[in-house]
Amino acid sequence: MNGKKVRKALAFHIPVILLSIVMIYPLAWMIASSLKENSQIFTQAHSLIANPPHWENYVKGWQGSGRYTYATYFSNSAFVTILSTIGAVASSSLVAFGFARIPFKKKNLWFALLMGTMLLPSQVLVVPQYMVFKSLGWLNTYLPLIIPQFCGSAFFIFLNMQFMRGVPSELDEAAKIDGCGWFRTYLSVLLPLSVPSLITSAIFSFYWTWQDFFGPLIYLSKPKKYTVSIALKMFADPTVATDWTGLFAMSTLSLVPVLLIFICFQKYLVEGVATTGLKG
Amino acid sequence: MTAIPCTRRKAKNRQAIADNRAGYLFIAPWLFGFFVFTLFPMLASLYLAFTKYDGFGAPEFIGLENFRTMFSDPVFYTSLGVTFKYVLLLVPFRLAFSLLIAMILATRNHKGIGIYRTLFYVPSLLGGSVAIAIIWGKLFGADGALNSLLQAVGLNVTRSWVGEPGTALYVLVLLGVWQFGSSMLIFVSGIKQIPESYYEAALIDGASAPQRFFKITLPMLSPVIFFNLLMGIITAFKTFTESMVITNGGPFDKTLVYALYIYRQSFQYYKMGYACALSWVLLCIIGVVSIFVFRSSESWVHYESKGD
Repeated sequence: MNGKKVRKALAFHIPVILLSIVMIYPLAWMIASSLKENSQIFTQAHSLIANPPHWENYVKGWQGSGRYTYATYFSNSAFVTILSTIGAVASSSLVAFGFARIPFKKKNLWFALLMGTMLLPSQVLVVPQYMVFKSLGWLNTYLPLIIPQFCGSAFFIFLNMQFMRGVPSELDEAAKIDGCGWFRTYLSVLLPLSVPSLITSAIFSFYWTWQDFFGPLIYLSKPKKYTVSIALKMFADPTVATDWTGLFAMSTLSLVPVLLIFICFQKYLVEGVATTGLKG
Repeated sequence: MTAIPCTRRKAKNRQAIADNRAGYLFIAPWLFGFFVFTLFPMLASLYLAFTKYDGFGAPEFIGLENFRTMFSDPVFYTSLGVTFKYVLLLVPFRLAFSLLIAMILATRNHKGIGIYRTLFYVPSLLGGSVAIAIIWGKLFGADGALNSLLQAVGLNVTRSWVGEPGTALYVLVLLGVWQFGSSMLIFVSGIKQIPESYYEAALIDGASAPQRFFKITLPMLSPVIFFNLLMGIITAFKTFTESMVITNGGPFDKTLVYALYIYRQSFQYYKMGYACALSWVLLCIIGVVSIFVFRSSESWVHYESKGD
């Protein structure tokens, strides 16, 4: 009986551990390579041992190969990400409340359009959006990346709506009887109760903006304004890049904020993915 | 006697008007964004698709010329072919794989399942980033880790998996499959919601494991499968970063996905009218494929009705 149990456990763990190794190997390889010597990185490339670890790669990589250091790129990314996230979370929550709780005319039509925008390929909008932002003089600023976020994002609106629907409506009826208007009801009842979905939206907004490549690629052309993802791409150009260890070091570093947030907020993330199918 | 319902009705009316105003106030940010950043650009893009436009002067109306150009543009066909191949390889593979792993993780009760789930999810968290794209290209390069591993076990492989036309696209597909974690999580939560009693009843009836899978798990999961399938197809059609960063469309346009071709036409060749025409074709393709998936779902997606 016991032997059978052990065999069963082994039959489960061994393949799953092997798969885990395959899954984690690229990440481990990136970290190991970021600590190797430049000459070692592509000889015995598969090795995950960097002996001795060359921490100075991080110092070297941080300097970048252009006029600006990664201090510029990281603070640019942080600026865009933080503002976008605040905008997306705040407005998505407001809009979600409107859709989830208030009866108004043509609500179904607007809701259908809201859901429709989720399926719309963004490529269709890129050229005219670019022209609009250009005519506003917003090229080479962060405004095209940030301002649209303040209009809410369909995914987060939907996520917050789903969450608010789970809150018993007796609670807002009670608030109404106490004389609260819709806004007071939102602020004092639904908003505090929907903190979990706000956190989930904030995390995803953070990921998407931090890792966004297309937006910065078309709107930012001055190196001073580059976000981390654009800087990495520019320095990865084979005609420019010689310092691979530095590039690996900065690639690793660019993923650290994402991993840190994941570790801190795992619970919210896993729930967010499971309830709405948000892509990580 | 009649005064009471009358004032009540009036009060109700007033309330409806107030609600209406409040509702529109709350959705105002989205409404503004919808008109300014979605609807207007969409209509503008539709118009531009029928113009010659370099992004500087005024667009010049040329009727169907862009579409005529497109249908005789070999690169258009190439990028369309590459994209379809990518979607057809990636979506079913990732779906099947994430379902398989979800089944393994959700139906067993071993120690450490949570850790495995986390480990499998991490790649889908990071996979869309430029950092991973750079690493991926190096992993599968001529002197990358894969070749080095193969050499360590005695195989003398020196080919560049990303550099050779025959394999480059598969490297990108693999990057997509590597990110199976988020659909796996959706499947896990779907499987956990299937009532245990269904399986118990099936066991009493003597159903075998495959029977239980095909008769209970699969139908019960079909709405989730449908959702993952649809979202998977749509995002796969729009793939851009991987192709741009890892291979830049090469070698010989073998990984030139459609979104990258649109990007080149609009922001490198400044043929913005043509790019809009291309993007409307993409919209139509995604629309047709989605409708097809929706239609077919009527025959295979099982929705549990609450009544019975």
